[in-house]
Amino acid sequence: MTKKTAVSFRLNDRPVDVLVEPRELLIHTLRERLETTGPHIGCETSHCGACTVDLDGMSVKSCTVLTVQCENSHVLTIEGFAKGGQLHALQEAFMQEHGLQCGFCTPGMITRAYRLLQENPSPTEEEIRYWMSGNLCRCTGYQNIVKAIQYAAAKLRGEIVETSHPMMAEVTA
Amino acid sequence: MNDIARDPKADLGRLEKLEGIGCARKRREDPRFIQGRGTYVDDIHLPGMLFGVMVRSPYAHARIKSIDTSRARALPGVHAVLTAEDLKPLKLHWMPTLAGDVQAVLADGKVHFQNQEVAFVVADDRAIAADAAELVEVDYEELPAVVDPFKALLPDAPVIREDLAGKDVGAHGARRHHNHIFNWQIGDRDRTDRAFANAAVTVTQEMLYPRVHPCPLETCGAVASYDAVKGDLTVWITSQAPHVVRTVVGLLSSIPESKIRIISPDIGGGFGNKVGVYPGYVTAIVASIVLGRPVKWIESRNENLTTTAFARDYWMTGELAADADGRIKGLRVNVTADHGAFDACADPTKWPAGMFHVCTGSYDIPTAHVSVDGVYTNKFPGGVAYRCSFRVTEAVYLVERMIDVLAQKLGLDKAEIRFRNFIPKESFPYHSALGLDYDSGDYAPALQKVLKAVDYEALRAEQAAKRADPNCPTLMGIGITTFTEIVGAGPSKSCDILGIGMFDSCEIRVHPDGSAIARMGTISQGQGHQTTYAQIIATEAGIPASVIQVEEGDTSTAPYGLGTYGSRSTPVAGAAVARASHKIREKARKIAAHLLEVSPEDMEFDLDQFHVKGDPARAKSMKEIAWAAYNNVPEGMEMGLEAVDYYDPPNFTFPFGAYLAVVDIDKGTGEVKVRRFYALDDCGTRINPMIIEGQIHGGLTEGFAVAFGQELPYDEQGNVLGGTLMDYFLPTSVETPHWETDFTVTPSPHHPIGAKGVAESPHVGSIPCFSNAVVDAFAHLGVTHTGMPHNAYRTWKQLRALDIAG
Repeated sequence: MTKKTAVSFRLNDRPVDVLVEPRELLIHTLRERLETTGPHIGCETSHCGACTVDLDGMSVKSCTVLTVQCENSHVLTIEGFAKGGQLHALQEAFMQEHGLQCGFCTPGMITRAYRLLQENPSPTEEEIRYWMSGNLCRCTGYQNIVKAIQYAAAKLRGEIVETSHPMMAEVTA
Repeated sequence: MNDIARDPKADLGRLEKLEGIGCARKRREDPRFIQGRGTYVDDIHLPGMLFGVMVRSPYAHARIKSIDTSRARALPGVHAVLTAEDLKPLKLHWMPTLAGDVQAVLADGKVHFQNQEVAFVVADDRAIAADAAELVEVDYEELPAVVDPFKALLPDAPVIREDLAGKDVGAHGARRHHNHIFNWQIGDRDRTDRAFANAAVTVTQEMLYPRVHPCPLETCGAVASYDAVKGDLTVWITSQAPHVVRTVVGLLSSIPESKIRIISPDIGGGFGNKVGVYPGYVTAIVASIVLGRPVKWIESRNENLTTTAFARDYWMTGELAADADGRIKGLRVNVTADHGAFDACADPTKWPAGMFHVCTGSYDIPTAHVSVDGVYTNKFPGGVAYRCSFRVTEAVYLVERMIDVLAQKLGLDKAEIRFRNFIPKESFPYHSALGLDYDSGDYAPALQKVLKAVDYEALRAEQAAKRADPNCPTLMGIGITTFTEIVGAGPSKSCDILGIGMFDSCEIRVHPDGSAIARMGTISQGQGHQTTYAQIIATEAGIPASVIQVEEGDTSTAPYGLGTYGSRSTPVAGAAVARASHKIREKARKIAAHLLEVSPEDMEFDLDQFHVKGDPARAKSMKEIAWAAYNNVPEGMEMGLEAVDYYDPPNFTFPFGAYLAVVDIDKGTGEVKVRRFYALDDCGTRINPMIIEGQIHGGLTEGFAVAFGQELPYDEQGNVLGGTLMDYFLPTSVETPHWETDFTVTPSPHHPIGAKGVAESPHVGSIPCFSNAVVDAFAHLGVTHTGMPHNAYRTWKQLRALDIAG
């Protein structure tokens, strides 16, 4: 075992200090030391994106970032999205547009979509599909994820939004 | 069926409040998932918990001369290193499989496939465990490996399973070779042979359904916690069938089932991968018992893709006999099934090829015969149903490809040949040539609806124009499938797992305030059971879905059930939910009658209340009835309002669909672009259209993945070549096509609410549709089949072989 290093950073707007081995990955620090189990491990090879977090304004796959690289940085995870009991527009959108099934990819998906909408508030479907291509989903086929991101983008632009799955549509058809 | 929900005159406001069958109710599961508050197995963290890592074999076939664990054990933070020698005194070094074979938990003197489990290292954390695993020294003597099932059956092939020496009879009858597992036949061979002898036309086609893996985003894992003081064992596990796991653990450990608690928490996708019991689960449990501390084991992605549960690997030869008009007279199928080193197929015990005998499909085929040989090779075990009922994907692929081959031979349109062969609506219930009783179907209108929606004639005209133009840079293909699935296993008279009938269950308790809790023997892996089961109760028992709590997956609270796979949750557990709801409703009727001082026969159920027939103003709401159930019931009636139902279905259900794909193949690169995909599904009664659409999108995308990229190939030495997400294709949002969905409704006549199950149809139905489209692009050049996956390289090779590569 190697000597441990103290690392301090901000996690979801709160200061944290952790002692880690130099080889420790951010995803393991988040999940095993900081009770932040929203980001998940799907591959540990940067392919699936389930561990996506926002690090100083960039999407990163936290299975490929060393915790010691995070000194003085700002880390945003899915746990930091809802504020004062109010869901973020993306969270609401994924629910309203049925953009998730098993939920395992969802924290990484929403965190990546957040970065997209920060940089491009009005993405086209093609842009959304391109931006989200580092985040794999095995359940949804992505179509409703695209719709969810469009819903959230519209809501964040101040537009009126509605689910494309009206509750009674089929009952009254 | 409850027709009230569909009555246009019904009170819409009350219906909407009920959120019952047919509503696009938003999911109850979502709030925790969108906020990072799901609880998956790897999120479980217990005080004092240790972490286990497997030491695995680099060789596909080798004798183990020695294992030296001393250096690993000496590493600080390491608590134990288990090998087969440690498991032998407990008789746990081998375990039974679901298919009647045995599988080594830790290699007993020999390894049979690459990455086979050899030792289990337990340490303070995952990093120390990984370090220690590197220090375990295993001395191997390499043996010749065989990865081809045909070569495995040659007389001088290496003996893979020395432990079976002298055993000429396996769990499914006689074995004719040391690497042979079983021969299974069904149908009338003589009659089928005669049909072929007398036929105007016959066609034959060989096809391989390659070895693939379900690859859910969450890998398999477990946290085992044995309390030595109480003698209780609790295991959190990624299982699609927690009650079955409890029974298996009880059998293996001799701990009574009453002291074993298996919890399937949130599961990050299953798709068949999480049905079986894997060595890592067993070693985590043993380590926890031995060490008296909780032990976690979580697979890496590479371990997942190379050790737990492949699917398919079916080498099939199909033959059709027909008259000159394309009416099918007989079907003959021979399959060589590569089962890997241990026969761990997840099928109902009596069915070594699962429900493959649904391979007569949607067609009225008078006679058929199927023969399947199971074979051992030096590949990892499995044989699970990847997003399908047992071997149904293989069966549907076979018949849907074969009917296209026949159409090409006769020069018939591929839609027309299907219309000529459909089982007519008036023939249901239909007894198939291979002994299945199709409950319902109405195939022709479904295909007609699809052809109209896509303007089929215009597509064929466009294709003809492109074929006529030698300068056209693309080949255009149109694929059609009109498939029938068999799901909802199953009637206990024909389906069991380890002797337990494949029923399922539901228990509902209505509380005094009118809210309720319902528990089932199934477990959602993303299907949305918490949402949809509550909708069934809402419609069938009149309790608003918003106040119904649905719980699954904890064997200490849920009634026994066989779990979620093979699209069985809605057909089986969903029926139990409906029937338990009816029991609640009938008791409520009596209480309401008592409160209103009329006879129960004079009460009429009305959405969320009972009213007196002919006098709707005299009514008692379910909420009022629930309260009365705890203080004012008719004389002689038990207090409380609860019901349990164990449902043994009388038959399977037979969802069907009609799909159409349009593809454009780039003559220069071989790249296949899916221009359009139109999927019409008939799953009977539709409980939540939003969830159904989501399931279909997902199934189509997994079908797209299989058709265009997924395979787990091996080299001659038995090295698996697809073991990472770099090599194994999972489509991203960029490649995934846009999906169009549609439906018809043909309710199941034997299901209490007419539902059939839906989530696997799109996988089963889309894969042959993609293949049919790719082959159709080449059909005018005499091509009848090309193997999956239809990646650019393979397709380009096909273009080159025809000398038309651009």
